[in-house]
Amino acid sequence: MMESNLSKIEPVLDRYAAEPGSLITILQHTQEIYGYIPKDVMYRISERTGITPAEIMGVATFYSQFRLKPIGRYLIMLCQGTACHVNGSEKIAAAITNELGISDGETTDDGLFSLKSVACLGCCSLSPVMMINGETYGRLTPDKAVEILRSLRKESENK
Amino acid sequence: MKIVVGEGSCGIAAGAAKVYSALESALNGVNAELTFTGCNGMCFLEPIVDICDKGNLIKRLVRVTPGDAGKIAAFVNGDGDAVKDLEISDDDKAFLDKQTRIALRHCGVINPEKIEEYTATDGYKALRKVLTSMTPEEVIEVIKTSGLAGRGGAGFPTWFKWNAARQSPGEEKYLICNADEGDPGAFMDRAVIESDPHNLIEGMLIGAYAIGAKEAIVYVRAEYPLAISRLEKAISQAEEAGYLGDSILGSGFNCKMRIKAGAGAFVCGEETALIESLQGERGMPRLKPPFPAASGYWYKPSNINNVETFANVSWIILNGGEAFAAMGTENSKGTKVFALTGKVKKGGLVEIPMGKTLRDVIFDIGGGIKEDKEFKAVQMGGPSGGCIPASLLDTRIDYKELAATGAIMGSGGMVVMDSSTCMVSMARFFLDFTAKESCGKCVHCRIGTKRMLEMLDRIVKGKGKDGDIELLEELCFAVKDGALCGLGQTAPNPVLSTIRYFRDEYEAHINEKRCPAHSCGDLLSYSIDPAACRGCTLCSKKCPVGAISGTVKNPHTIDSEACVKCGSCFNVCKFGAVKVN
Repeated sequence: MMESNLSKIEPVLDRYAAEPGSLITILQHTQEIYGYIPKDVMYRISERTGITPAEIMGVATFYSQFRLKPIGRYLIMLCQGTACHVNGSEKIAAAITNELGISDGETTDDGLFSLKSVACLGCCSLSPVMMINGETYGRLTPDKAVEILRSLRKESENK
Repeated sequence: MKIVVGEGSCGIAAGAAKVYSALESALNGVNAELTFTGCNGMCFLEPIVDICDKGNLIKRLVRVTPGDAGKIAAFVNGDGDAVKDLEISDDDKAFLDKQTRIALRHCGVINPEKIEEYTATDGYKALRKVLTSMTPEEVIEVIKTSGLAGRGGAGFPTWFKWNAARQSPGEEKYLICNADEGDPGAFMDRAVIESDPHNLIEGMLIGAYAIGAKEAIVYVRAEYPLAISRLEKAISQAEEAGYLGDSILGSGFNCKMRIKAGAGAFVCGEETALIESLQGERGMPRLKPPFPAASGYWYKPSNINNVETFANVSWIILNGGEAFAAMGTENSKGTKVFALTGKVKKGGLVEIPMGKTLRDVIFDIGGGIKEDKEFKAVQMGGPSGGCIPASLLDTRIDYKELAATGAIMGSGGMVVMDSSTCMVSMARFFLDFTAKESCGKCVHCRIGTKRMLEMLDRIVKGKGKDGDIELLEELCFAVKDGALCGLGQTAPNPVLSTIRYFRDEYEAHINEKRCPAHSCGDLLSYSIDPAACRGCTLCSKKCPVGAISGTVKNPHTIDSEACVKCGSCFNVCKFGAVKVN
């Protein structure tokens, strides 16, 4: 297993470890720092907070926001809300899968894209919608979705 | 002049931020102030730019692109016709004119990041009134008179909860705002926080004063980053201005406020699960009683209300409980905000007095169905609600009357469906959602929803059996009875209501292996009518799997083995040659 740089999480733990009820906040910071929640960091959180690793794992797996594996450079969050469903989000999912060869929860081999289905993003009037690294793309069609992915790939190659 | 760009999340997604930066450069050196506002709820017209002069709206421009920035600059410079083609139509204008706005009254009007714009529109006046001239009991009495009920879904009288928390013994009490808007298809809470965060803070402070809480917490979905950042700004502005903290407005009342970001779990909309989550635990509901009013956050008396509920409070205090109660029906007072989406022409936020009908919302305000197709049903209340068919379009917006149809008022999500929506697949969609979101505590909910999902999966794949409908109904009642919290108790509603009104669709899937809405892929087959096909080759170019063959000007054919039933060919054919069976 790869070792994480544990010193990065220390300031977060200094701030929250003694505050009761802060586990979710600590995990959110962890994910912000490392991109996911590495196992060794979980053990470190346990040492500092006194919460057992099993309990931390329980919380980390309960909430859909938390990831236990690293993700690609672009995280595609595809909305599966009702309005998006009615307006054809399944076809968008099929187009993305077709283009990238990954399904929900997977990452491309080159580490560029991860696909995740999410509950409603709250932009229902623009449905179907996806959010990539914080930017929302609305009124999608399968073609438009593929075009966006291709331009992101190009953008990353030029960097 | 003042140029105001609507920057809610949807507006930004539609390109409002790009319009704003284009305007920044276009208006350089032009005598106009560029600013932004939240979301006015006309999502179907985003991005929207308002031009104001001396405080009055003189032009509302819609579907603005960055390329239009020059036209706006020309208008400011005196060319009165420059923006003519961007102006909102009278028909679209009516979308707002037909509404009665209380909870949304500042949305899309003021700049949400400037406290002075809020205070200039009577902001924090209600708080001042409460703190300087009313006792907590008097506040609760006004809320009781108003008839305000919980806008998150259950519709429980707000005053009753406040009073129970007030009466609970103990010094340490908490006021919590439930902004974990998890219903897919509802976004009014996001709009309120993004567009009018101070109104939420003011409503919460009045609630905190009424129950005697010194700490207030807003539990916001992590999926709403813009709402969180605007609320953070608003809280620090309110602290600076003396509306939050110690001895607020010199009254001796202390209250601090903080935000807690959720981590993505639908069940946390249930109040006791939300409390567990606030305490850093898995969000699993507690047994009630004791209710949170007696034992909530850290087992202290706590009161939890939804965002929209709080958004009404300051208006009620300023205008009186009677004014609020004058709107609505016998059972349901005031106004309600709906998030109108799906196959409707004008999707967006609609706030209307209770007592209006579904037809008023969908047809009069929403403009009817996209492409003038046939209205089939409206889904209300998300995964906890149900589908209401066309025959019940004249049902009034009222907690009791909606519940009688098998749906619920819910948080106000209204997803409109037309003839192309398969109701069985819709029920499957919601079950898939609730099965994933079930926290697993109660066996009936955890396993019952899973078994129901498996059955619906079979049915939409054409593998349904005789007796499936009856078994589904039996399971529905078992799950309802056997679940501890609202999630499980209401999870069967979408199934029950679709069976009730669209039993024929279930029967068509099970007995005839046919999907009447032509939506369930496994039950469809595509073919090309050689007589109608002109050989334009468009379909074969569009086919993602290369299943269509043929040469120019000759009829094409579909290889049904290779076809993935995506429907692309059907959608692109201009001659109606592609047939669905």
